[in-house]
Amino acid sequence: MAEFKQADSLYEWFDQRLGIDKFVKVMMTEYWIPKNINFLWAMGVLLTVMFTLLVVSGIFLLMYYKPDVAAAFDSVNYTIMQEVGYGWLFRHIHAVGASVVFLIIYIHMFTGIYYGSYKKGREMIWISGMLLFVLFSAEGFSGYMLPWGQMSYWAAYVITEIFGGIPLVGGDLVVWIRGNFYVSDSTLTRFFMLHVLLIPLAIIGAIVVHFYALRFPHVNNEAGEFFDFDEEAEKYLAGDKKNSKVVPFWPVFLSKDFFVLGFFLLFFFYLVFFHYDFAMDPVNFDKADGLKTPAHIYPEWYFLWSYEVLRGFFFEIAGISGKSLGLIAFAIANAIFFVMPWLDRSPMVKPANQRPYFKYWFWFLIADLIVLTVYGKLPPTGANAWVGFASSMTFLVLFVALPFITKAEAKKVGGK
Amino acid sequence: MKEFKILAIIAALVGITYYGIEPYAHHVMHPEVKAADFTFKDLKNVDTSLAGNTENGKALVEANCIACHAIESAGHPAMMPNADAAASYGVVPPDLSHSGRMYDKNYLANFIFDPVSAMKLSHKYPVGGAKAFPMPAYNWMTPQEIMDVVSYLQSVAPKVAEKDVNKVTYDAACGRCHSMSYAKFEATTPKDAIKAYMGATPPDLSQYIKSRKEHYLHGFINDPQLLLAGTSMPRVGLNEKAQEEVIAYMEEVGDSKKAERESVGLWVMLYTLVFAILAYLWKRKIWSEVH
Repeated sequence: MAEFKQADSLYEWFDQRLGIDKFVKVMMTEYWIPKNINFLWAMGVLLTVMFTLLVVSGIFLLMYYKPDVAAAFDSVNYTIMQEVGYGWLFRHIHAVGASVVFLIIYIHMFTGIYYGSYKKGREMIWISGMLLFVLFSAEGFSGYMLPWGQMSYWAAYVITEIFGGIPLVGGDLVVWIRGNFYVSDSTLTRFFMLHVLLIPLAIIGAIVVHFYALRFPHVNNEAGEFFDFDEEAEKYLAGDKKNSKVVPFWPVFLSKDFFVLGFFLLFFFYLVFFHYDFAMDPVNFDKADGLKTPAHIYPEWYFLWSYEVLRGFFFEIAGISGKSLGLIAFAIANAIFFVMPWLDRSPMVKPANQRPYFKYWFWFLIADLIVLTVYGKLPPTGANAWVGFASSMTFLVLFVALPFITKAEAKKVGGK
Repeated sequence: MKEFKILAIIAALVGITYYGIEPYAHHVMHPEVKAADFTFKDLKNVDTSLAGNTENGKALVEANCIACHAIESAGHPAMMPNADAAASYGVVPPDLSHSGRMYDKNYLANFIFDPVSAMKLSHKYPVGGAKAFPMPAYNWMTPQEIMDVVSYLQSVAPKVAEKDVNKVTYDAACGRCHSMSYAKFEATTPKDAIKAYMGATPPDLSQYIKSRKEHYLHGFINDPQLLLAGTSMPRVGLNEKAQEEVIAYMEEVGDSKKAERESVGLWVMLYTLVFAILAYLWKRKIWSEVH
């Protein structure tokens, strides 16, 4: 153990024991970020702030929420919304935040795809990010059940029913997940546990891994340029700030993030106070009733695209039922993004619009996801069902075609 | 500038998606129906241009109505407790004190002439069917006599103070069937009786301002069959002002923090705007050193 000198100040006392100086350097003032970035690079910090807002508002809600089918609905809509001081504020922040966090996740994710930030050493950043997407989805789904409204109940019913399509174990699995033969009190209580404990713990763990995964391959930049970070950092530290290709996380990178955050929060709070219906469906202000099926059942907007892939296959093909085909397609849709780094066979790390073939693929995918999302909400009748089928097939075909398209692109650009 | 272009693209994509899953999907799932009609112009049995004679109306009401109906404002109390009245008639007969104020004149006159057609409940009480509506049709009265009754009911309706009127109207118009548990109000017809009478327990309306929204309620109260064909909820015939009072009361109870939400909202956004501007200025200062 090192020899300790008498500390001259409180700061030094702590620094001797916790290495504050070094910690701040490693984490903040000498953590290097490329300078050539745009506001899309602020989404990570936005997500961190949103997650914090969700945790804090969630803690306040947790003080009054009652996970019991007889008390849940009124504990939310009466106790929290009307009796507790500013309870409505925490609920609105939580409900709208849960929806907006997915908007930012999607922007963050497609920024990664657009700029090719998932390959050439950045695979673990991508995979840990996709893991976060799955965990946030589970968190969103379990949380949506808690107010115990009609949509809470019926969305839970429909989504847990999906697992029944898995061969051999499906039926037992559904009962195991619900803790009963139908969605009931035991389902609510266990989803409550998942929502407030297990999944948040997993999310925090995954965030740590995600941040750590950034340290070695470093953050990508707007041009997809690879350079020596140590060399550029030295330049910066030597005072040549203008010619260095990097900036420190604090204060330079964060100053830009705070600016983006400020305007984002303005938009967010507008939604929280004045335009929250999209995140708090009117149907869910009717208490859950297992005997009264709502006319239209749909998940929250961020699940609509994969929900539409699930129900896009509504007829039998080659002896396999539509339900099974939908389930297979749904499973693929949820897993396929994990393997993006290996489906993209082109070595180019460039914005999609500078890649000769990939750009078409990217914008096709975006258009298809929007179609899937919109038709995921509409009733699947008549022509809608066929649009659903066509866009689900398009989604699958796009991913089957990706390795071939990118291979051809690699050939065209000659491995560059 | 490039960053604005990126922002515009994202805003466009988000806007298209939003349009599809909110306004457009809503339009597909809830097609627009015709606007509320507060003149009830489909009812034409009584000539409502006749001027009513209040004195004569008083005599008619005392001879024909108060055996079943209380009119507290005119000194006629209820004949029996609510539970007994519900057991006798199926539902507690309304106190008529506020009827002259709440109901449209044309509706009220035609209701007296034939309640079932005015309420649009002939699917529930067909002519010659097994079940009869508890109030008989007064189609034997002359139009003049009916207008005399209407004139009398209008004359006895008490003026209600502005601060109480929403609740008073709700209680009188809806409160015999619909509880409002978030206002600690229970329907005056006992639970079992109202369930037997209507076929299902009429819903508690505490959160209906949120689950149905003002626009839907506006159309639904005016003409339930139009939005929910076959429902046993009657068309109640409220005039526009009374209907607005009912909806306002549903909002007072169901969305009691609305005013607080809107005022806090403005302050929070103002605070955030100041933060955003300061953050922008700070960013410009910091980045001027590295560019």
